[in-house]
Amino acid sequence: MDFDLSEEQRLLKESVDGLLGSSYEFDDRKKYMAEKGGWSKSVWGKFAEQGLLGLPFSEDDGGFGAGAVETMIVMEALGKALVLEPYLPTVVIAGGFLRRGGSAAQKAEYIPAIIDGSKTFAFAQLEKNSRYDLGDVATSAKKKGEAYVIDGEKFVVLNGESADMLIVTARTKGSQRDADGVGVFLVPGNAKGVAKKGYPTQDGLHAADISFTGVEVGADAVIGDPENGLALIERVVDDARIALCAEAVGLMDESLKSTVEYLKTRKQFGVAIGSFQTLQHRAADMFVALEQARSMAMFATMAGDFDDAKERATAVAAAKVQIGKSLKFVGQQSIQLHGGIGMTMEAKIGHYFKRLTMIENTFGDTDYHLRRVTQGGGLV
Amino acid sequence: MDLSFSKEEVAFRDEVRTFLRDNVPPSTRQKLQEGRHLSKDEMVEWWRILNKKGWGVSHWPKEYGGTGWSSVQHYIFNEELQMVPAPAPLAFGVSMVGPVIYTFGNEAQKKHYLPRIASVEDWWCQGFSEPGSGSDLASLKTKAERKGDTYVINGQKTWTTLAQYADWIFCLCRTDPGAKKQSGISFILVDMKTKGITVRPIQTIDGGVEVNEVFFDDVVVPVSNLVGEENKGWDYAKFLLGNERTGIARVGVSKERLRRIRDLASKVESGGKPVMEDQAFREKLAAVEIELKALELTQLRVVADEGKHGKGKPNPASSVLKIKGSEIQQATTELLMEVIGPFAAPFDEHGDDGSNEAMDWTAQIAPSYFNNRKVSIYGGSNEIQRNIITKAVLGL
Repeated sequence: MDFDLSEEQRLLKESVDGLLGSSYEFDDRKKYMAEKGGWSKSVWGKFAEQGLLGLPFSEDDGGFGAGAVETMIVMEALGKALVLEPYLPTVVIAGGFLRRGGSAAQKAEYIPAIIDGSKTFAFAQLEKNSRYDLGDVATSAKKKGEAYVIDGEKFVVLNGESADMLIVTARTKGSQRDADGVGVFLVPGNAKGVAKKGYPTQDGLHAADISFTGVEVGADAVIGDPENGLALIERVVDDARIALCAEAVGLMDESLKSTVEYLKTRKQFGVAIGSFQTLQHRAADMFVALEQARSMAMFATMAGDFDDAKERATAVAAAKVQIGKSLKFVGQQSIQLHGGIGMTMEAKIGHYFKRLTMIENTFGDTDYHLRRVTQGGGLV
Repeated sequence: MDLSFSKEEVAFRDEVRTFLRDNVPPSTRQKLQEGRHLSKDEMVEWWRILNKKGWGVSHWPKEYGGTGWSSVQHYIFNEELQMVPAPAPLAFGVSMVGPVIYTFGNEAQKKHYLPRIASVEDWWCQGFSEPGSGSDLASLKTKAERKGDTYVINGQKTWTTLAQYADWIFCLCRTDPGAKKQSGISFILVDMKTKGITVRPIQTIDGGVEVNEVFFDDVVVPVSNLVGEENKGWDYAKFLLGNERTGIARVGVSKERLRRIRDLASKVESGGKPVMEDQAFREKLAAVEIELKALELTQLRVVADEGKHGKGKPNPASSVLKIKGSEIQQATTELLMEVIGPFAAPFDEHGDDGSNEAMDWTAQIAPSYFNNRKVSIYGGSNEIQRNIITKAVLGL
């Protein structure tokens, strides 16, 4: 039983916080947002230089062989600084697919390009009617000789517009909601037949709706078993959920800090508004919600390595429920306690609230995961 | 970071579990499972078994009979105890006055009281709250006037848990009426058999009589019953309340109750199927289980922190444990009410003092729900806990 970071992990945390502290002030973020694709190539380059993009990959693949705790540290820091760069789709998700399911050739081709920052990825999974069900896939991948032809539409693909490579879920057999018959495919972002419609998202990131019309890829584009990819998808999406939990903790931590600071400085009736007990108790409840969320983010981080898939899924779902509840409370009350200023685009607190809000609806909302916990038989 | 127990810790847990399985009297266990009260004899019998094993005052220093366990071991022990369920050692003696005596008392007091607490020869109760002094405890009025080698105590204490069984009471009394609030208070030990003490039971909304009023009418106590220095009692009280807060999450109690809820909800039917198969109910249950898992980890974070940096000052995060722990305990009693539905209604007016062996399992569910409203009030109400977070954590 040990909740402390190791010496190396502590150094990692210091270096990420240091990097973001010097290059990711709120005004810097506005500039990065205005760049092509909605994030900064130069910041991404610094991530690569500091080794952040290679953390989870094995040393054989050119990475640092770091574990789940290191990803947690980075994601929490990215949350705190409200970072726009596509770490989640590239390192966590695409990296996860390659690490957990990629062939030796795929690893050799793509992992070095992630580590050195030369390629970013996007995960084209959501469909018009799939909502949170990862196995609900209408996009088809039909066999044509050794090749596959992909047809279908994917929505709200984060980093979809600027990604060099797309990871696409598509059905190789069966009907739309069958658990069998879903495959995972690597598709170049500029492949023939890929059409993207990019747009900013509510939280300042960028996404795209992407259509695939007769997109042809080779057999070497398949990650894992083309007819039985759902278990891999579930595992990697659990990685993404765990990372989102840590990001949310970073966002909540900073939201509370900023709110408490505001309570100390904002004066009404001749005194700091933080002297009012009603507001003090609200802030105390935000602290309780944050600490409960922090505990569950740690639990999820550990659960990511559980061998039993059902146990892992239930634990991660439970964490996402706690995070969902906490983030809603902390996010909403941060705005409330900031009062009118919290409603302005100019103040940073609203942007934390918006990112938190979008996290709740990413890869399953609170109700969805609560149901998963009941299906998993509960936690006690 | 490693959130699993080490091999040694798992072995320790198994040892505790086996001992409890073989030694907790089955009727004690069953009564607690059903949310019922135990008789005095049942409690004392169990604590003496525990003490014989050497686990009665586990967290005390070794020289006074403690075990020398790590923080994690204490956590495991308490959680296993709660999950049996079996009564934890009497907090007023073992967790409150005992530590005050071995930390601030003189040698004679240590020698006399500590072994008697461990062996449950003396049953202790707590004389802190007064009718006019609840959350604002330092406003207490009960006074102890020095007359030669004695104090003469006059005043009233209230909410005194199980005073009807008690041999001794530790009291906060005002010894310097001229001093400001906190600074004129002393910590005095009083024999409950002393002339001038009257105990009047208070019936609570569940029908039970756990708490009492205790009246002091010219009660004469030797000066040697003062603990530590005169007028320094508030410091000792703060020390004592800090100990109370860390044990208050009661994760094991809630875990055990959740198991019982699952068990009963699988037996009670609604619309031709067990309540447990109702999706809305399952989701409510799962939501409480998740909060409890988070609380368990928050508690372990506090425990691990204690293990590293020593007990000393209580971690302000322990206020989180009190708030969430009490909310979850209350939520579990609400779920039990929901399982039993309309059959919660019948009221046994004889009450439950542990002697009614034939009581139906349904009879104690509503009383337990009513009774558990107390957990967000005692030990520093949840609002006081928020004040603590506000000051100690947020710096507002």
